Amino acid sequence: METIILFAPLVGALISGFGHRMIGEKAAITSATALLFLAAALSWIVFLGYDGQMQQIPLMRWVESGSLSADWAIRLDRLTTIMLIVVTTVSSLVHLYSFGYMDKDPQWKDGESYKPRFFAYLSFFTFAMLMLVTSDNLLQMFFGWEGVGVASYLLIGFYYRKPSANAAAIKAFVVNRVGDFGFALGIFGLFYMVDSIKLDDVFGAGHHLSTVKMSFLYMEISAIELLTFLLFIGAMGKSAQLFLHTWLPDAMEGPTPVSALIHAATMVTAGVFLVCRMSPLFEYAPGTLMFVTVIGALTAFVAATIGLVQNDIKRVIAYSTMSQLGYMFAAAGVGVYQAAMFHLFTHAFFKAMLFLGAGSVIHAMHHEQDMRNYGNLRKKIPVTFWAMMIGTLAITGVGIPSTLMKLGETPIGFAGFLSKDAIIESTFAAGSEVGQFAFVLLVAAAAMTAFYSWRLIFMTFYGVEKGDKHTHEHAHESPKTMLIPLVILAVGSVLAGMVWYGDFFGENVAGFFGGSVYTNHDTNTVIHDAHHVPKWVIWAPFIAMASGFVLAWIFYIRRPHIPAVLAEQFNFVYRLFLNKWYFDEVYDVVFVRGAKWLGRFLWKKGDGTVIDGSINGIAMGIVPYFTRLAGRAQSGYLFHYALAMVIGIVALITWMSISGGAH
Amino acid sequence: MENLLSIVTFLPLIAAGILALFLRGEDEAAQRAAKWLALAATSATFLISIAIYTQFDPSDTGFQMVEEYDWLAGLKYKMGVDGISVLFVLLTTFLMPLVIAASWNVTDRVKEYMIAFLVLETLMIAVFCALDLILFYVVFEAGLIPMFLIVGIWGGKDRIYAAFKFFLYTLLGSVLMLVAMIAMYVDAGTTDIPTLLAHEFSSSTLSIFGWQIVGGAQTLMFLAFFASFAVKMPMWPFHTWLPDAHVQAPTAGSVVLAAILLKMGGYGFLRFSLPMFPVGAELLSGFVLWLSVIAIVYTSLVALMQEDMKKLIAYSSVAHMGFVTMGIFAFNQQGLDGAIFQMISHGFISGALFLSVGVIYDRMHTRDIDAYGGLVVRMPVYAMIFMLFTMANVGLPGTSGFVGEFLTLVGIFQTNTWVAFFATSGVILSAGYALWLYRRVVFGDMIKESLKAITDMTAREKWIFAPLVVMTILLGVYPALVLDLIGPSVAQLVHDLEPVLEAARGSSAVAATH
Repeated sequence: METIILFAPLVGALISGFGHRMIGEKAAITSATALLFLAAALSWIVFLGYDGQMQQIPLMRWVESGSLSADWAIRLDRLTTIMLIVVTTVSSLVHLYSFGYMDKDPQWKDGESYKPRFFAYLSFFTFAMLMLVTSDNLLQMFFGWEGVGVASYLLIGFYYRKPSANAAAIKAFVVNRVGDFGFALGIFGLFYMVDSIKLDDVFGAGHHLSTVKMSFLYMEISAIELLTFLLFIGAMGKSAQLFLHTWLPDAMEGPTPVSALIHAATMVTAGVFLVCRMSPLFEYAPGTLMFVTVIGALTAFVAATIGLVQNDIKRVIAYSTMSQLGYMFAAAGVGVYQAAMFHLFTHAFFKAMLFLGAGSVIHAMHHEQDMRNYGNLRKKIPVTFWAMMIGTLAITGVGIPSTLMKLGETPIGFAGFLSKDAIIESTFAAGSEVGQFAFVLLVAAAAMTAFYSWRLIFMTFYGVEKGDKHTHEHAHESPKTMLIPLVILAVGSVLAGMVWYGDFFGENVAGFFGGSVYTNHDTNTVIHDAHHVPKWVIWAPFIAMASGFVLAWIFYIRRPHIPAVLAEQFNFVYRLFLNKWYFDEVYDVVFVRGAKWLGRFLWKKGDGTVIDGSINGIAMGIVPYFTRLAGRAQSGYLFHYALAMVIGIVALITWMSISGGAH
Repeated sequence: MENLLSIVTFLPLIAAGILALFLRGEDEAAQRAAKWLALAATSATFLISIAIYTQFDPSDTGFQMVEEYDWLAGLKYKMGVDGISVLFVLLTTFLMPLVIAASWNVTDRVKEYMIAFLVLETLMIAVFCALDLILFYVVFEAGLIPMFLIVGIWGGKDRIYAAFKFFLYTLLGSVLMLVAMIAMYVDAGTTDIPTLLAHEFSSSTLSIFGWQIVGGAQTLMFLAFFASFAVKMPMWPFHTWLPDAHVQAPTAGSVVLAAILLKMGGYGFLRFSLPMFPVGAELLSGFVLWLSVIAIVYTSLVALMQEDMKKLIAYSSVAHMGFVTMGIFAFNQQGLDGAIFQMISHGFISGALFLSVGVIYDRMHTRDIDAYGGLVVRMPVYAMIFMLFTMANVGLPGTSGFVGEFLTLVGIFQTNTWVAFFATSGVILSAGYALWLYRRVVFGDMIKESLKAITDMTAREKWIFAPLVVMTILLGVYPALVLDLIGPSVAQLVHDLEPVLEAARGSSAVAATH
């Protein structure tokens, strides 16, 4: 069954990509979608029926060289089953949604076939993502890791006529490669130290690695700290963490269903998955974990500040995604991998829905994405409005603080409320300085999350109609293929938190995760302590969320002139946020232009002046002589030179023979 | 078949002889006959060479299918293959029919063109099979001649300059190798390669003109062979002949050059430098590793700024060959496995990339990147195939390009983390130049008037690419096809190197304690 889940999307991709000429466009994309729904249904069966026993299903041999052995295989444990349902559920819904969204796309000319290609990429992405989450060794994980990167590259650049889309696609791939650079070094280092890259062997070596040092770049460093750090670099790239995040906002150039699937719900969470998967190593690396916490918290905070002032509806949600990923890393950093997975799980539902909802708005508004041209849309697209509303309630974390009321042991609230508060309480419970640091930043980010999320809702659905009048008149609700996924995800956004709280964070957590996540109980009791934090800690995110809402309401409903005044008064801060803290500008000067300058310099000066100059000029001064000689002659004379060479070689052999011959 | 290797080696030469002796006239019928005969001969060679694959026993690490005859005046003709060489033979026979098919539109001196390629095939196969030093040297050098003619006669505008640069560069490197070979003959009294492999060349310190040469004769011989192989590879800074030769060579010439001729350098290191002069190789390994890693980073950066598609791919080839030398001089199973794998894989991928350039060059007669843009609009099949090989070139897992890169890096990490660090950064740069090239040529809107009538790939072109597509993916998904064959021979080589490496580690440890 697991094999079918894994390969159904690949078959779908092949049918859609290559078979559409034979069976027709409609049949091709329908089969791809049907296969995805099959995979999703089977995934839920596997998830709900999973008995806690880790299984390894070998598929085929792969790279084997000396003691290195990495074969194609499926590793089925709790982490895998969680990722299976997240990936296949969102992917199948996005496939369905794309029927409506990609229909009659104005980016294409009449008669151009683009849909089968789009569905093939989506299905291929799903296959690569499943390879990543089911891998039993680091190499197959790397296969999936790069595979999703390619799918992401192809889909970001899907509108290949647009220069901005092409640029964004390359940027995404190259920045991810920077992360992969670290990931790859981590794999090399693990093989060097453990002599295996199979997960079982690697996991078994965690304690040993924490007791030894390895030499790397002339330094003697703790092996476990170095290796986990390198792996985390990979995670930072894929999950768009601070310093390697610049590709994610640009990735919004891709069609909106892509943003929902890849750049919100699944691919970008691969980094979080990696850290959780590697918890048997990370648990022994306190230094790296501190770094993970700090990066996660900073990302959550910085991304939220940028999200406050963006005007493109997709970019707001993109920064929101980046910020939420920061939460997940902060949780993993304080050793509560379960909370990270919980947020990954709930986030997939509500973030996918927010993106698909945004897509529905964009669809209604004739591909207008600037929120300053929206307004008062709630009556015209009511289903989309309510879906976005639920998504916003979920992401901002609306719920009843558990000190007031609980359903048995489970707090009551939207999905994001349970998972986000679990993270914030965990950072506090960590008791460390970085934990406190993360707690403060995450609570602040929670306030900003509420602010920008409600700002989006108010600017889009409330107030007065702005922008092109004609567009507003023709605004229309989306077709059923787009609304059904929204409704299903809405159910998930409401219930996913409460239904699975006990398993992911509550009383069943140990039994639920089993051995798939490792907690070193000698040093790490955070998940236990997180349930016993002071009352004010439980109230803090609630108050932050509420104040964010109130501020947004004042700014965008009650006194709409305030934002402009504030932007004027705090111009420096406003510009800093609007220009994304100038990361792109700095990177462009340092890396892009730097590499180009260096490349040109090495080419013209290095190859040209120095190497060719010295070799041609001195040792090979005869070349121009020959060139002149040959230039005058017909090219047929080349045969004469060739003949001369043959004679030379024959002379050599003759000499060798006469001088004694070979024995 | 007892003479399997000889049959495979000489079949193309016989076809060339038939063409030379019996084909007369320059009319279209004669041209067609030359093409079909060449295609038939190379295809037959490939089909027969499959028997080499089936008969080869990977568990036997010695030479197999050995043939030995007297040749001219006491010289020996001795052929044989082991796990290290057998795949290069197959790579050659596999690619040559495709190369001939890719030359179907040649109209100038077709007969001579086909003869040149057929002779070249014989010489290339002989290089990988030769088990006698003199025989190896003769075919190794003689291979230059047809290539020189191919560039010089059927090349582009500056073909004469490029042909001489190519010829002199590689020939000068080989002169030193010849000197070393004579010294080897004097020392060991034989030119038989299996015997030389067992012979231990002196490694005691020599003093020449007051210079102390650690490693003695082995160091000197290693350097002499290095001069030849480093130029062939080509390694930085001996690489500048390659971009010129590629740019001027006709498409088929570029394919052979990149896919097969470059591999002779790597093969030479594996056949001669490592097993025969292990002390010299160990002493100079640091030097070679740094040249390799410089090649990877330097040429990748240079590739980024190229304006000519062929030049860009040529520089990319140099970078990929950097991974090969790095893997070889890691001296361990993964490094060597990876190096051989990388060479085989690069044969398919670089060949396909040069063919891809050829496809649009045939239509537009320019290799300027700026002259293109938006090809995907009218050439979707081409766009897909070029994308696949672009991704294979950047080492995407699932393509053959990944396995070699990965294994060489795993290998080198165990030897030298600095080299591993910089070499791994090459994966970022390769993504940069390859995707940027692709974007400028294939993506974007089609706005250039000159391109508006361009047509997608013909059936002939698709059939040429099909085998390359299959191999690139097959070896990426199931590399055991290669690794199983080379593994035991490589393990034997690593095993033989072990005492030398052990001694070197011992002496450096002693030095450290003092």
